[in-house]
Amino acid sequence: MLKTTGVAQKEDWQAKLPPEERRKAGPYVVYECYQKIPCNPCEKSCPFKAVTIGEDINNIPRVDYDLCNGCGVCIARCPGLAIFVVDETYAPGYGKVLIPWEYLPVPEKGSEVTAVGRDGKDVCRAEVVEVRTARNQDRTVVIGLKVPVDLVNEVRGIKLGGEDNGR
Amino acid sequence: MVKTQLLVVGGGPAGLAAADTAASLGIQVLLVDEGRSLGGQLVKQTHKFFGSGEHHAGVRGIDIPQLLLKEGQDKITFKLNTTVIGCYQDRVLTALTGEDEYFKISPQAAIFATGASEKFLAFPGNDLPGVYGAGAVQTLMNQYGVLPGNRVLMVGAGNIGIIVSYQLLQAGVQVAAVVEAAPQIGGYLVHASKLARAGVPILTRHTILAARGKEAVESAVIARLDDNWQVVPGSQQELEVDVVCLAVGLSPVVDLLRQAGCRTRYVPELGGDVPVRDSLLRTSQEWIYVAGDVAGVEEASAAMVEGRLAGAAAAKQLGADVAAADEIIARSQASLKALRGGPVGEKIRSGIAKLEGGIANA
Repeated sequence: MLKTTGVAQKEDWQAKLPPEERRKAGPYVVYECYQKIPCNPCEKSCPFKAVTIGEDINNIPRVDYDLCNGCGVCIARCPGLAIFVVDETYAPGYGKVLIPWEYLPVPEKGSEVTAVGRDGKDVCRAEVVEVRTARNQDRTVVIGLKVPVDLVNEVRGIKLGGEDNGR
Repeated sequence: MVKTQLLVVGGGPAGLAAADTAASLGIQVLLVDEGRSLGGQLVKQTHKFFGSGEHHAGVRGIDIPQLLLKEGQDKITFKLNTTVIGCYQDRVLTALTGEDEYFKISPQAAIFATGASEKFLAFPGNDLPGVYGAGAVQTLMNQYGVLPGNRVLMVGAGNIGIIVSYQLLQAGVQVAAVVEAAPQIGGYLVHASKLARAGVPILTRHTILAARGKEAVESAVIARLDDNWQVVPGSQQELEVDVVCLAVGLSPVVDLLRQAGCRTRYVPELGGDVPVRDSLLRTSQEWIYVAGDVAGVEEASAAMVEGRLAGAAAAKQLGADVAAADEIIARSQASLKALRGGPVGEKIRSGIAKLEGGIANA
């Protein structure tokens, strides 16, 4: 399915999640990078050396979850916009998802948006709780969405062009 | 007659890298480009590039031209708005600046980085206003700030088709669908997933049958294909769109090379007729090198490295410091090997294997 539609299936992305106990311990990164392509900016971007590609730049990145603290620095460095950070410990009943965003307008912190899944379909309403626009992100904004905790690994985007999407 | 040690034809990623490398090795370079600014297709590439640090990975294409010219700028003469229109075996080229400044160039060696042109597709209505090549859409939109229309059907799910679709969405244009005749998405899946998250359907095994409209495109008819690439009866559907954008592949621009007597060969993996060349990118004419899409269509990251390779090889031939040139040649060859080393590089590898043997065999 991924190769014919661009939509990663549950078995694809589940294999990219860290073990249950790490997930409950705090924010963690999810690399939705499934194909061997020549690319390695993520490896250099990590201040904790938690991401390894290695000598062959076609390798798929591997994450050491003992070293990754979910800081999210790598998100805006990925040309494929394939990196997300998930926090299942954000607030009682709620998790936070950090997503890369390259559309205008940029949703404002505190606004509400419709969050979508990997297939672009609506998942839930979400509060924008963080908007990162650091210069070194080079115009890739990183947005934090507060979502029901059971949906943290379903939400991967914001609906485009919705009139109530924080605009 | 303009004399120069090295002539570089084309100021895109390959040509800029070639000129910079040769100049940094002490060679006098004349670079001509038909555009009004340097960078070739880079000036339209608003997305961040793949590759490694040495390929400017993570940098947006629009910001790369200035990074390519770092060392030898004072040794390079730039001649923009200039088209090379003839290339003769006695090592004389003719060129035209603007509409009336016609002149001859006599270089000791030349690097052709003329890129590639878009392929077209035959279907009823393909001459209607609103049918564009993806390159034209990028030029209008990303270079001149003009939207091509309101709602687009993209034909082709290679990297160009899916990246331009993403750029259309960023510009506020709707993308009704991306159709791809092959059974799988040809471009990088991470790009395809960006479109999927934006709700754009990617329809593999689908093709366009017709564009319809009175004065301009008003709709497009698409249909599903079976295992033999034949239309599945009854699968036609009509999409309301005012733009049909074709991203169905590129062909190397080899006309000047042919005129100069360079041998070419048809290699479908590389986009069509490509010049036969050796591992230093030297053609069958020993004073002519090639780099970038003209040498075989692939990613811009590879084009930049090929530019460095050809620039160093040509400089070495012209008497530059051998050790310094050899070091760049070795580094570039290793870098190309890394870029092409994975599964997505397989097609390129097999295409190049056919070419490099060409000179020895002929």
